Amino acid sequence: MQVQLSHPARTVDVKGPKRVKELLRDLNLIVEAHLVIKGDDLVTEDEMLYDQDQVEIRPVISGGM
Amino acid sequence: MNCTKCKTKAAIGIPRHNAAFCKGCFTQFVHDQVARAIKSQKMFGKDDRILVAVSGGKDSLALWDILLKLGYRADALYVNLGIGTYSEESYRKVAKFAERVATPHGAKLLTHTVEEEEGAGIKELAQLIHRPTCSTCGTIKRYQFNRAAVEHDYDVMATGHNLDDEAARLLGNVLHWQDEYLDKQGPSLPASVEGFAKKVKPLYRLSERELAAYAVLNRIDYIVEECPMAKGARTLVYKEVLNRLETESPGTKQSFYWGFLEKQNKRTSAPTTMMEKDQSTLHPCATCGQPTTAEVCSYCKMMARAKTAASH
Repeated sequence: MQVQLSHPARTVDVKGPKRVKELLRDLNLIVEAHLVIKGDDLVTEDEMLYDQDQVEIRPVISGGM
Repeated sequence: MNCTKCKTKAAIGIPRHNAAFCKGCFTQFVHDQVARAIKSQKMFGKDDRILVAVSGGKDSLALWDILLKLGYRADALYVNLGIGTYSEESYRKVAKFAERVATPHGAKLLTHTVEEEEGAGIKELAQLIHRPTCSTCGTIKRYQFNRAAVEHDYDVMATGHNLDDEAARLLGNVLHWQDEYLDKQGPSLPASVEGFAKKVKPLYRLSERELAAYAVLNRIDYIVEECPMAKGARTLVYKEVLNRLETESPGTKQSFYWGFLEKQNKRTSAPTTMMEKDQSTLHPCATCGQPTTAEVCSYCKMMARAKTAASH
């Protein structure tokens, strides 16, 4: 599957099927700091992702106050 | 994973509440948390005029959206910091939201452009006075938001600070034992003296991830890119540490910050003490008239330094 990442913006190929939780763990990303969006929908950590899915992992942290 | 309330497919899990919600129930959950924050902290009422500080990010646009949908009279102020394409893009997002959501609710968007009044963008100003960009930005934004709220007769100024922001700030203040800042770390600060607007943080019960989810689920188009000036900011390190703890032990951030607020409430009547303290130490700035503890406020000092540096 194509996984779009930010900071810096890039796309990586990941072999499916894979659960959201496993995808984040494999990419060393914390659940609490990210949202996973499949197509236009938010998906929960137990959702299965397949090779044909377009996935965005969006960081949610902002700051610098 | 199914929605805890209606049992349909969930869109987001909330481990700290041991719950999961579909889009509809999650939106209701977010609105309930904000309504609870407003009521419990006596932030404002339905007749009050609110000025929301908006940046184009998820938190401030979500806040404006929620307040309008809850039926409050909320206008917004956008401060254009002059950070190249980042500021251009963030303004586009704010203007689009204002047109699509706020205007139909009868709300309006005010803007302030730093370059027009201060003569240069944030980055240039920070370089001129040899101060970190984030602290220069903070001083200018605090000053301009307060000024706009007072000059336009708003009853209260609302910012999009969330649970993560407040927990990270608390961690920083505790690590450095900054007692004077701890006193002022509540979600509702009174208009203690003439010239100071009341300031509130209605999102303090919601995490950064929950607010990003609210924005995505409610089709709020916000700026996802991090501010280029914030790279390496200490706050981001504190947030990362807290998120690691949260992953291991859900609820850590809320028990840290809400626990602090409970202790603060029990200790003394903090807002009264703070108000008394402010009233005895603050007086009008000799240059602009806004309240300050010094003869000239930090904003005017900063601008004077920038002017001197630019002329050399």
